[in-house]
Amino acid sequence: MIRIANGQGFWGDWLEAPVRLVEQGPLDYLALDYLAEITMSILQKQKEADAKLGYARDFPPLIGRIAARLKERGVRVIANAGGVNPPACARQVRSLAPQLKVAVVTGDDIFPQLDELLAQGHELRNMETGEPLSAIQGKILSANAYLGAAPLVEALATGADVVIAGRSTDTALTLAPMVHRFSWAWDEWNRLAAGVIAGHIIECGAQSTGGNCIADWQTIPDFADIGYPIVEAEPDGTFVVTKHRGTGGRVSLETVKEQLLYELGDPKNYITPDCVADFTSIRLSGDGENRVRVTAIQGRPRTPMLKVSIAYLHGWKAVGTLVYSAPQAVEKAEAAGRIVRERLDQLGLKFDEVHTELFGYNACHGPAAPVNPNPPEVMLRIGVRGQERAAVDRFTRELIPLVLSGPPTATGFGEGKPSVREVVAYWPALIPREVIRTNVEVIE
Amino acid sequence: MKVPLSRIAHARSGDKGDTSNVGVIAYEERHYRILVREVTPERVKAHFGDLVNGEVERFELPNLGALNFLLHEALGGGGTLSLRIDAQGKTLGAGLLSLEVEASEQELA
Repeated sequence: MIRIANGQGFWGDWLEAPVRLVEQGPLDYLALDYLAEITMSILQKQKEADAKLGYARDFPPLIGRIAARLKERGVRVIANAGGVNPPACARQVRSLAPQLKVAVVTGDDIFPQLDELLAQGHELRNMETGEPLSAIQGKILSANAYLGAAPLVEALATGADVVIAGRSTDTALTLAPMVHRFSWAWDEWNRLAAGVIAGHIIECGAQSTGGNCIADWQTIPDFADIGYPIVEAEPDGTFVVTKHRGTGGRVSLETVKEQLLYELGDPKNYITPDCVADFTSIRLSGDGENRVRVTAIQGRPRTPMLKVSIAYLHGWKAVGTLVYSAPQAVEKAEAAGRIVRERLDQLGLKFDEVHTELFGYNACHGPAAPVNPNPPEVMLRIGVRGQERAAVDRFTRELIPLVLSGPPTATGFGEGKPSVREVVAYWPALIPREVIRTNVEVIE
Repeated sequence: MKVPLSRIAHARSGDKGDTSNVGVIAYEERHYRILVREVTPERVKAHFGDLVNGEVERFELPNLGALNFLLHEALGGGGTLSLRIDAQGKTLGAGLLSLEVEASEQELA
């Protein structure tokens, strides 16, 4: 049996979580997931400004902080912290933790090869709209293929203490140590699917150990000391989801089921680079306090394609707010929203979208929200998105004047006019897997 | 009798682009059949009204006593494009639990 934990569900997750995971109980592998889609484009911009950047900057200091413990306890780290510059990330880790052997996985970044790939006939059409990539020519910020577990397994085989990848799938971080330690073959689809589903359960950190759990949330103990998830994996593909003893949170059938359903599409066809996993095959059972056993998982062969995520610039946006108090808070906020729209029309400004919602009334649930006709206060949130920065800039000047010139009791404008943000959109595409060449390099 | 869905089920929601997924899970296995009968894609779409511009798809996971819904065009363009406060549909699971479902006392017992 091996123990694999996830100590970071996204870049920005709790800094103490990975430290506590290596200190508070037994562990073999620590998986850390840093990359959301938006993260890659941010990192690409940082790399363009400074060739030594472009990775998750929280990661090297974390490894520096826990390096001695990792060595002492034999815990190995697998992280996609490399972003768009895994070698630079690895060098920084080495400088802060010189006693650790680091392996770097590259090959996911196809941004430098885009023209070449297009010339070879790889169209990289948008999976959802079918448009050719030429539609966003000149606006592309980054392009990465999602790598599966194979290059991570190759990196683990080097004996590295820390494996750093760029855009590998979240699930591969958990599957890789299982394939490495249990010597699973790349066509043992049921076992690979079990590793993928174990990865899905722990990839969002504490979201499987009581965090963001609707079931009985008031009774979940000690959120402040919540334990992050650990998978106890067996060579036959069964596993137990748990957390360290004495930590807060909860592992129950309910917390695990909620996480299994998180960001799920067609449950029979959960497509990853490593296999297609079938979520309708999963069997869960209680295995004692804060332990859930997962068995019977089935998988099918992987597809011939890898997913590519391409980030591109898609105009500008801004969102502003004003707060109105009772009485008639809803009516006042609605009136203010109409006035702003009328002024935007008078100015002849063109936007792709203008959106108004009443925070404190029904912004989250829309028509499904319980009706409260007279809330004590509501926040008008009005936003615009468009291709012309000047129009979005002009919009940001249209809210605060209403404090003096619109419906009464407007407040909450202390932060000034809203800020304008560049919009980065995502272009999902597919590429034949043999086109993507990965490489593993050891830095000692 | 009519009861809110929250009495027999819990939920979690998230995003994939402009699509929100809402997983609804029966607390008791025997209540799964109430979910299948009552929580139809049509009723889910009607519940959220103009929040959902596209279709609602439903998938069944009897092994978990759960249904998975995909609410298409429900996030104002999704992720980075969306101007909504809940751009990732994080709260839509809780929002669906206020749906009223019809079930006999015998079924609920």
